[in-house]
Amino acid sequence: MKPSHPDIASESKAASHAILDEVSDVREQSALQKLLRAQSFWVTVALAALMLGMSVLEPTFGSAENLGNISRNFAPFGIMALGMTVVLITGGIDLSVGSIMALVAIVAGLFLTWHYPWYVAFSMGMLTGVACGVVNGFFVAYLRMPSFVVTLGMMSFARSLAVVFSGNQMLYQFGPDAPIVKAIGQAKWPLREPAGWAPHWMPEFSSHFWTLIVLALIVGWIFNFTAWARHLFAIGGNEDAARLTGVPVDWIKFQAYVFSAFTASVAAILLLGYNGSALNALGTGYELRVIAATVIGGASLMGGYGTAFGAVVGAAFLEVIRNALLMAGVDSNWQGAFVGAFIVLAVLLGMQTGGTSLRALAQQWVPIRRR
Amino acid sequence: MALLEVRGVSKSFGAIRALTDVSFAIEPGEVVGLMGDNGAGKSTMVKLIAGNFPPNEGEVLVDGQVCHFHKPIEARAEGIEVVYQDLALADNLTAAQNVFLGREIKKGFWPFRILDKKAMIERSAALFAELKSETRPRDLVRKMSGGQRQAVAIARTRLSNAKLVMMDEPTAAISVRQVSEVLDLIRRLKAQGVSVMLISHRMPDVFAVCDRIIVMRRGTKVADKPKAETSPEEITGLITGAIREA
Repeated sequence: MKPSHPDIASESKAASHAILDEVSDVREQSALQKLLRAQSFWVTVALAALMLGMSVLEPTFGSAENLGNISRNFAPFGIMALGMTVVLITGGIDLSVGSIMALVAIVAGLFLTWHYPWYVAFSMGMLTGVACGVVNGFFVAYLRMPSFVVTLGMMSFARSLAVVFSGNQMLYQFGPDAPIVKAIGQAKWPLREPAGWAPHWMPEFSSHFWTLIVLALIVGWIFNFTAWARHLFAIGGNEDAARLTGVPVDWIKFQAYVFSAFTASVAAILLLGYNGSALNALGTGYELRVIAATVIGGASLMGGYGTAFGAVVGAAFLEVIRNALLMAGVDSNWQGAFVGAFIVLAVLLGMQTGGTSLRALAQQWVPIRRR
Repeated sequence: MALLEVRGVSKSFGAIRALTDVSFAIEPGEVVGLMGDNGAGKSTMVKLIAGNFPPNEGEVLVDGQVCHFHKPIEARAEGIEVVYQDLALADNLTAAQNVFLGREIKKGFWPFRILDKKAMIERSAALFAELKSETRPRDLVRKMSGGQRQAVAIARTRLSNAKLVMMDEPTAAISVRQVSEVLDLIRRLKAQGVSVMLISHRMPDVFAVCDRIIVMRRGTKVADKPKAETSPEEITGLITGAIREA
């Protein structure tokens, strides 16, 4: 090397780029780094650890029966979490899903009590639910109202309609198609001997669970491979930018609310079948559980982030905690405390800056103590 | 023939007269600086050319054809692109995803019409190489410097083979080194025969890259001079009104 003046400009440029790479750690992430940074990955690890620990401590937890139960219990939440994820990605929120469930169940239940065939009843229920989504989507996307306000209104409106339509009665006299409705809601696969071929250790998975799996695969495929999803994420990242580049922002946001209502309707139909009755209190408080599941799975309330896998794992996680506490004999009134703590913890650990903000906080405090 | 010609354009918003009888032309491959104080009508001019609204009087000609744009997408079809001040990028997407936002390359057939990610990454890598930018297609925009963001926004205009790129304050709010990066990007656009209209408050930047400078004050054009025949002092005087017209 000559001791003459080096090319200062290029050297400082290279140096500053090196620094930039360090500061922003990785700008281009490898598959492994992406995985390690994904909140859904760590929630999956926590879920696996929890299930493993519980199976050792409490053998009935790991039994095929209990696993079948858990997978059926969380499936409706997982299904709705998929819809909620789509809405959250746009930067919105849907508070009406629980009430939409009740309305769907009551409408379908009414048609069944009037002795219509099951497919007519289900279609009318689904149509009602999707219509609620259409109203939500119209007000949010085309009238540009805050999603919180619109869906809060729908939450109250749909619940009220459900109560009025049902005459505040539980509907259960489902006419000639009652067995079919039950069969759909209570179907299991694979079946154990003698009816089926499944070995004794394998859970008999419910129709709820399989519906969730199929929907999750479809949503996951859409998220990863379609321009529609690319636009959805762009809207969450920078709505104005999406609009300027010609993305049909209003149309896509509208579709997001319709899809969320659709998933709530599917969940409602499955629960209607499983219970064999329609209750206007169905889904009370579910919206918050669904949002919790979605957020635990790594979706951001600020928009722009979320995965189908995260929605499913988040919903599973909540149910496993609930079930584990029950199995461990903890007073069921404690469930809320645990669930609440896990929501905050999962999001704190999953935040891109989570580790750094904790570190920064520690650094802020340590000098004060030294003084 | 001029690439863009603005003929006697006036625009009012209610009682407010934003532009009065403005005329100028931009030749292919020319870099023109558009300067003026706040409220001089620069942004209105840019928005009008970009097709956000039509003029009340006068006309805009592209390649000698009168064009009446009602939507930005129509102007884009004629090869007029705007790089907005806030850059219009989605932070949560990668460089390549932003470049192709709204015009993704797809393959396959409905309902399995999917994104051709490989083609988009390769194409944007080629665009960044053409612009001699160090931006990588898979980088997240969230983690980029101001200069790199400019490169993404400019690569987007190259994708559509824009004939005229209007840049609104591209060098505001970025570091000195990044400013030189952006000015290099403008020079490269010019070298490829693209016309650039640079809207800026920063005198040194305008004098560094522009062939010609247009000054606006209170909605009218007060000067339109080749860079060689003017000076920063004269332009400052024209912007503030100390010199009435030149």
